Amino acid sequence: MKLLVAIKRVVDYNIKVRPKADGSDVDIATVKMSINPFDEVAVEEALRLREAGIATEIVAVAVGTAQSQDVLRHALAMGVDRAILVETDAVTEPLATAKLLKAVVQREQPQLTLIGKQAIDDDAAETGQMLAALLNVGQGTFASKLELTADRVVVTREISGGQEKVSLPLPAVITTDLRLNEPRYVKLPNLMQAKKKPIETLKSSDLGVDQAPRLKLLRVAEPPARAPGIKVSSVSELLQKLRDEAKVLP
Amino acid sequence: MTILIVAEHDHHELKPATRSAVTAATALGGDIHLLITGHGVDKVAQAAAKVQGVTRVRVVDDLAYAHGLPENLAPLLVRIAPDYTTVMAAADSFGKNLLPRVAALLDVAVVSEITQIVDQNTFVRPIYAGNLNATVQTTDAIKVLTVRATSFPAAPDGGVAAIDTLPTTGDAGLSAWLSTEIQPTDRVELSTARVVVSGGRALGSAEQFQQVLAPLAAKLNAALGATRAAVDAGYAPNEWQVGQTGTVVAPDLYIAVGVSGAVQHLAGMKDSRVIVAINHDPDAPIFQWADYGLVADLFETVKELEHNL
Repeated sequence: MKLLVAIKRVVDYNIKVRPKADGSDVDIATVKMSINPFDEVAVEEALRLREAGIATEIVAVAVGTAQSQDVLRHALAMGVDRAILVETDAVTEPLATAKLLKAVVQREQPQLTLIGKQAIDDDAAETGQMLAALLNVGQGTFASKLELTADRVVVTREISGGQEKVSLPLPAVITTDLRLNEPRYVKLPNLMQAKKKPIETLKSSDLGVDQAPRLKLLRVAEPPARAPGIKVSSVSELLQKLRDEAKVLP
Repeated sequence: MTILIVAEHDHHELKPATRSAVTAATALGGDIHLLITGHGVDKVAQAAAKVQGVTRVRVVDDLAYAHGLPENLAPLLVRIAPDYTTVMAAADSFGKNLLPRVAALLDVAVVSEITQIVDQNTFVRPIYAGNLNATVQTTDAIKVLTVRATSFPAAPDGGVAAIDTLPTTGDAGLSAWLSTEIQPTDRVELSTARVVVSGGRALGSAEQFQQVLAPLAAKLNAALGATRAAVDAGYAPNEWQVGQTGTVVAPDLYIAVGVSGAVQHLAGMKDSRVIVAINHDPDAPIFQWADYGLVADLFETVKELEHNL
């Protein structure tokens, strides 16, 4: 069984981002970039399915600038078989990304496509659902467990207040939650070897996809700061403050 | 302009988050229609007709919709969306699962998890785990929005809307529901609780998590929350997780017990009105966000707090 894993290059999760001085966008010019953590979980799950003898080939795909090669190399170092970069200099919104991924899925014909449930930059949580819609296949979103057979996948989904299980015929699209697994550590020799592996590059403009943005970013700003808090020295002082000052207790 | 809100319900009552979406729609202006889908939804439709601000309730009753499968609901939404300028839902697991699928089929963008309405086409939404706010403007003919429930109060009862029924689009054959497990709880729902008591890994074990926090939560009529670290350590079920990857809360009072204050956790609770932090480590980042911080042993402190309430 062939699997496709879609990954995104995002600001590293340890970095505290700031707006540009003019508030026009996020300032990411000099910050460390990494694979989106939710997508790393998707890569790990694909690798485990191959190790369990269910998957036979894993293809990683990223949509982004030439620099997105580095997250594809990360996926190669983790153990995926092949990597494809859909190269574009424009920032693609989830809808355009889903359309570009659809073109790759139609070319590669995987039985299952895995992608993180959201990217930690725009926090949109849309691309997987949009891809499933465009392919007219079932979607298993916010997945915390997968059980795969030859023609179906049973997905345990994280929902408000609990879990839900759905069964989807293959092909299908899965979006991965952090609880699905713990991604493996990438060893340095693997990273060095991955540097030599070829990455196939497709120009996004050759895929015949409308990538025009639908949303206009007007402003990026930090949320209003909270008033500085105080330290109290005892439970009785805390209770007095909560009652008399904050008025959140009777 | 007419707005369609896709309602979420348990076949008995509307989810409070849907009522928050109604409040957001009221701020947009125009007629507000509530779409009730499911199987045997008469009671919910009657309740929906009473929500203040709703002008019409549209009902589609089919077994195919009983479990909210997006593969079955998306074709229905695509059929009726052209009658509307805006299609909305709450940004919880139901709305986030469904609306992007609908938007892709309509060939429009989603403005997801909006926290503020600037004007009819302009919205504020958090990015980077809530560390930044983006103001975005849509250019699509049909706007598809999901609404962060904690940013808008729930619409109360007080309306009288007409109810009509629409034909079903049936089962798309792309998915099958197997089971739903909602953790039974006698406490208030986490996402809408007025008070939340949250614990971190410092609680040490699942038993201590319960023994220490449950009596305090009971006395405050609070929901219990947990950090991702506490959930991963098995001290608390995943449903209690507060944070970027869990539930986003904004109660009147948030009491963080033995919580370090990881960015992931802060993203889920920093909009709370009053934050209290109890931690023995004076350098814990949570103190930068707390209105009232108490550096002390949490086991003794929580017990004393509970006794003195």
